[in-house]
Amino acid sequence: MQAVASSSIPAPELYRPPSRIVLLGRYLRRNKGIVVGLAIILFLTAFTIHGVLTLDPDTAYPLAVRTKQPPGPNFWLGTDWYGRDLHTAMVTGLWQTALIGLIAGAAATIVPVILGFFSAFFGGWVDRIITSVCAVLQPIPAFLIQVIIAATLDRNTLFDDQKPIQAILIIAGIVAILAWMKPTLVIRSQVLSMKERMFVNVARLSGMGNLAIIFQELLPNLLPFIVASFVNAVFDAIFISFGLSVLGLAPLREPLLGNIIYFAQQQSAIFNGWWWWPLWPVGALALIFAALTLINIGLDEVANPRARRSE
Amino acid sequence: MVFFIPRLSSKNPIRERFAALSRSGGFSPADLEKIVDSYNTKFGLDKSLPEQYAVYMGSILRGDLGYSLAYYPKRVGEMITDSLPYSLPLYTFAVAASFILGNLLGALSAWPKTPRWLKSLAVPLTILKGVHPVVLGIVLVNVIAFQMKLLPITGTFTSGATPNWSLPFILDVAKHLILPATSLILASAGGWALGMRGMGVTIQGEDYVNFAEHKGLKPWTIFGNYYVRNAMLPSVTALALDIGAIVTSGLLVEGLYGIQGLGSLLQGAIVTNDFPVIYGIVIFIIGGVALAMLLTDLLYPLLDPRIRMDRQ
Repeated sequence: MQAVASSSIPAPELYRPPSRIVLLGRYLRRNKGIVVGLAIILFLTAFTIHGVLTLDPDTAYPLAVRTKQPPGPNFWLGTDWYGRDLHTAMVTGLWQTALIGLIAGAAATIVPVILGFFSAFFGGWVDRIITSVCAVLQPIPAFLIQVIIAATLDRNTLFDDQKPIQAILIIAGIVAILAWMKPTLVIRSQVLSMKERMFVNVARLSGMGNLAIIFQELLPNLLPFIVASFVNAVFDAIFISFGLSVLGLAPLREPLLGNIIYFAQQQSAIFNGWWWWPLWPVGALALIFAALTLINIGLDEVANPRARRSE
Repeated sequence: MVFFIPRLSSKNPIRERFAALSRSGGFSPADLEKIVDSYNTKFGLDKSLPEQYAVYMGSILRGDLGYSLAYYPKRVGEMITDSLPYSLPLYTFAVAASFILGNLLGALSAWPKTPRWLKSLAVPLTILKGVHPVVLGIVLVNVIAFQMKLLPITGTFTSGATPNWSLPFILDVAKHLILPATSLILASAGGWALGMRGMGVTIQGEDYVNFAEHKGLKPWTIFGNYYVRNAMLPSVTALALDIGAIVTSGLLVEGLYGIQGLGSLLQGAIVTNDFPVIYGIVIFIIGGVALAMLLTDLLYPLLDPRIRMDRQ
């Protein structure tokens, strides 16, 4: 009898939760925006790395090659009016633009995380000062203040031709200096809501200190928000530094993507028939902006499950 | 802040301007210092910083933004009012159109009865939202104005025309403003659409929407009065904050299209180190944006009866 029962009723199969990789794959399949965005960023990174490894960086600067050559076998992307090889200029411009975005983006993420945690976790007058400063500064169009700062700097001495990195750091600094208010408020509100949840209370009751709670309980749970905030900050930094370039306020010798466009506009490249000159930076910037937006929207869905679409 | 940052710099705009003049001939470099000194006195730049600040704040409160250094006898206020007739319509139209278009599309894309093609329209807009309006503008100029020759490429009005308030001239300016406005709208409408879709999805499940459906109200009444009206509230709050962003993008787009508005004025002032003009524009825009935000806040009670003040 027993033997019959055991053979007719198979042992219930244990539910095995899908592995993390499977889950990630499923998530990405549902969230095509992130995949497309990451693919674009990967493509641009590959283009840049290939260029940095194979090209002579000096040809990104004026008077290096024959001027106004259309794209061809010698110059894949053509050359501009000043005698830059646009292929090298694009490669250099891409990593410089990315560097500005990453430095300013990191600064505009780390400072708000510190301020936001401090403000939300300890409350009191610290919280009041931080939030009121943010609330006052936030609605002022920061870009205008950044224009004033950039226009005021003594560009002849600060933007030294021999020190491109210094010039890039200065631009990143100008961008970062007024980029921390909004993320601080966002992260503060997230911490505020999270620190009232049950698991934090449990942690506190079981005798964890403030610092331990911040680093072991809150920070890991807020990581999706912080990553989303970082992508947003990188996007903003590239957006603002491009605006400064368009006004001619960036270090003009460096082939930042915005600067290539600025000079193409100055020489009316389109009307003179040099269509390839503005085409590459405009295309690259459009790709970067679109890719970061897609990633951002996708991350928003990770960070904020209410915005998640059903399958 | 606007006052102090530029004073920290070692640049002296007056010296630079006259140095450029003396290079092009006219007077000897020895006279340069004297001229610079006399102008420093004239513009009050020889006094101490707090004194200068007091004078400056006083004149701003009186609405006086001072003189331009580069076009000396011209007043900054005058230069701003000259360029305003071109900038203000552009910004107002761009803000209003992108707000209405974006929110409507966002609401429609979350509305179950919307035809499919209309829903799919929101996707490209969402991606465009991130692309800088100047980048969009360059593409639009190249394709629509230069290749297809549908609209004027550059300038505020057909060259040769004299500015006046006649209808043909206004139409001419409007035609020149289409492309800049389009690039601003395309770049910002997606943001509204995205926010509105999120709100729309949550509101659809609300009881009052279901109740309205069961009452047998017409779909358009539900859409307008029950659904959009409630979903719109966060967008109106965001509008107050986003006006500044659209205006600053507008400044850059103006330069691209060669429109003689505030943006071109600002770009010219940056090239010539004309600080009073730079401050003037920045102060004017910050003031204008603050005013626009106040107006949006005052609109809010009209939309949301809950925060209306009770008359008692």
